[in-house]
Amino acid sequence: MGIPTCNTIAAIENVAKTYGDFVALDNINLNLNLNRGEILSILGPNGAGKTTLINLMLGRLSFANGSINVFGLKPGSLALKRLCGAMLQVADLPETLTVKEHIHLFQSYYGAPMSYQKVIEYAGLSEIESKLTKGLSGGQKQRVLFALAICGNPKLLFLDEPTVGMDVEARHALWKAIQDLKAQGTSIILTTHYLEEADFLSDRIVMLNQGRIIQEGSPEQIKAQVNTQKIRFTAEVDIAVLATLNSVKRATQDKHFFELQSSNASATLQHLFNKTKTVEQLTVTSAGLEEAFLQLNREQNNSVQQ
Amino acid sequence: MDNLVLTADDINTKQPSIINIYLMESKSELLRLFRTPGFYLPTLLFPMMFYLFFGVIFSMNPATMPTYLLATYSAFGVIGPALFSFGVGIAVERGQGWFDIKEASPMPASAYIISRISVTIVFSLVVIALLFALGAIFGGVRLYTTQWLLLAGVLIIGSLPFCAIGLALGLYCKSNSAPAVVNLIYLPMGFLSGLWMPINFFPQLMQDAANLLPAYHFAQLSLKVIDMDVGANIWIHLAVMLAYFAVFMTLAAKAYYKKDKQ
Repeated sequence: MGIPTCNTIAAIENVAKTYGDFVALDNINLNLNLNRGEILSILGPNGAGKTTLINLMLGRLSFANGSINVFGLKPGSLALKRLCGAMLQVADLPETLTVKEHIHLFQSYYGAPMSYQKVIEYAGLSEIESKLTKGLSGGQKQRVLFALAICGNPKLLFLDEPTVGMDVEARHALWKAIQDLKAQGTSIILTTHYLEEADFLSDRIVMLNQGRIIQEGSPEQIKAQVNTQKIRFTAEVDIAVLATLNSVKRATQDKHFFELQSSNASATLQHLFNKTKTVEQLTVTSAGLEEAFLQLNREQNNSVQQ
Repeated sequence: MDNLVLTADDINTKQPSIINIYLMESKSELLRLFRTPGFYLPTLLFPMMFYLFFGVIFSMNPATMPTYLLATYSAFGVIGPALFSFGVGIAVERGQGWFDIKEASPMPASAYIISRISVTIVFSLVVIALLFALGAIFGGVRLYTTQWLLLAGVLIIGSLPFCAIGLALGLYCKSNSAPAVVNLIYLPMGFLSGLWMPINFFPQLMQDAANLLPAYHFAQLSLKVIDMDVGANIWIHLAVMLAYFAVFMTLAAKAYYKKDKQ
């Protein structure tokens, strides 16, 4: 794989996880080969197994077969927990402690915690550090959870949907903090629903669907899997006609705009102009991660149905 | 596995101080208690009100009743915080998902339990002090200093099996059902164990059945301090309470270390 083995910090071999009849993870063979200072994103639709995968690595779930090693330690062991930080999806946190008290408590769990000031800066909490968590907004609570996850100077940081409920400004501040931590050698495993986030932050992406890895690679490699372009325009034309144009894979309509996924934009456009002269507001863009994500999931679902 | 290499850099040679974790965790729990009057006020006032009504004002035998009921209502008063702060507190944290964060963090499981026991003890001391004051001032209760102290000691130590019961309830019950379940155990058990009125007022069958309840043995131990118990062997009381403690701690440990929690 071209990755020096001494950089491997986590390995998942042939791990399967079922909840009753539901297969959450189907023989995942994710030799994670997570590199030091690498940000790995786990993407997938709801129920794909993202959170299950994280909980397995944290030792919070049992698994039938296979093995999981992180730093060569057993998931869930105290020795491993002291090397990790985890930000999980939480409905609420205890209301009657201040942000500062929460952080000081979690710092005490580690032998060499990050300095309090640094935690506050990374998590952007300087204005609310003496507030009780009771009055905080959803985004502020997320930042407190992030602070608790990083306050032990973790070698490996798990972030499960870290920016849910954050406004754009807070989200960008968190991205900056994540990149700073990465620059200092922290490895990060991230799950997210925001593809923009994964595209911006990740060195590597693992795409899960129905418990299987359907794609693995850098954001660029994944986007290259989908050599389609997106054509967007308004026109007085029937959508059924558009679907029959050359090289069109898919035609959709939202309000006034039509959107075509094409494997050959120039062929499609020539055909389009032959059919109608009313095309306006035309844009052609190459596929982003979102298109890649949708298409790869669609292909996976189709192949499962067959 | 040999390709998973730990470098010296990865191993935090500095271990956290376990005592410091216990202190920090206890301090946090205590702060949370102080800031939740909605919990501590009723839990303090409930046994005081009961004792004042049944032990002092409507006391049927004013000579000995206030003394007898001081021991039993104090037992009732310390069982409450033990059951509720563990049972309801932990169930709520589990419901919020906060328990997951604690579990994924390097907090030792012992810190979670020891901090809550410390806080329960502090709370129990306050309950005991207030009830003793009520008894001495309004009930005319007169005891030797050693008896006051011994009674307080028995009440504190004797609350531990109820901490264990609360802990197990907190780990098994859902957050919305925990308060109801705890009340369903706390109030009938208190009554049937003779914490509200002397056990010898009960029909013989009920007196015999009370032997199954930990709160009965707790009350009898407290009453032994002031020579008002039914006269059973002290070791029987201790053995039953120890058995309850062991069984519920085992159940709690099983629930705590169980993986695949929902």
